[in-house]
Amino acid sequence: MPDDIEVIAEQVFTALADPSRRAILAALASGGPATATDLAARLPITRQAIAKHLGLLTDAGLVTAEPGERRRIRYRLRSAPMKVAQQFLAALARDWDSPLDALKEHLDRGA
Amino acid sequence: MGFPDRIERTVALAHPPARVWAALTTAEGLAAWFGEEADIDLRPGGAARMRWASGYAVEMRVERVEEPAVFGFTWQIEELPDDDPRRTYVEFTLEPDGAGTRLTVVETGFAQLPEDAYRKVYDGHTQGWASELGELAGYLDAR
Repeated sequence: MPDDIEVIAEQVFTALADPSRRAILAALASGGPATATDLAARLPITRQAIAKHLGLLTDAGLVTAEPGERRRIRYRLRSAPMKVAQQFLAALARDWDSPLDALKEHLDRGA
Repeated sequence: MGFPDRIERTVALAHPPARVWAALTTAEGLAAWFGEEADIDLRPGGAARMRWASGYAVEMRVERVEEPAVFGFTWQIEELPDDDPRRTYVEFTLEPDGAGTRLTVVETGFAQLPEDAYRKVYDGHTQGWASELGELAGYLDAR
């Protein structure tokens, strides 16, 4: 699992860029841990696509496989990389906010 | 009116047919861009299989092997039980295109699906080939 903040953020954003992966993460967030078969039954996504997406989400550290026999393996959400991405977004928002505030102040003074 | 039976997609790859052929027809190639593990007995009638860490596996049967131009296989349909005999047929056609390859994939047989499974499988494979061929290009470019 990567520890560099940029690498983690990039993997999170890549993972979230795909609507099927967002649906898988949302299903795990609302329904708790689930197997690939459970997810395929609940979502309009084929088992093969679920298998591929779970591989990518596991590599990104966003989900983790609980120990178990094949086909019974349950996947659980991991929020740590999401928090890293959140920090990344917060830092960007801060950098944008201050010039925007300065601009607003400038315009308000001119009015 | 029946369902569309066929998905077709063409991509231009910056690698000669021999390299694309190896990516499509060897266990090493398939495991690198498509499955997470793969094995293949490359002859008409030969068995092939891909599996993923989540436990999902797909059984394939090699149908056409005309190196380095045509590779075809049938495979199980995901939304049907494992012992269901219905299969879709996937055929890759490789044409030299300058120094690279024009690769076309055609998958047929969707019309035999029951109505409740059709939309999910057809849409899934339509998106699936778009992303898989992207992964194939990424795998070839990275080497």
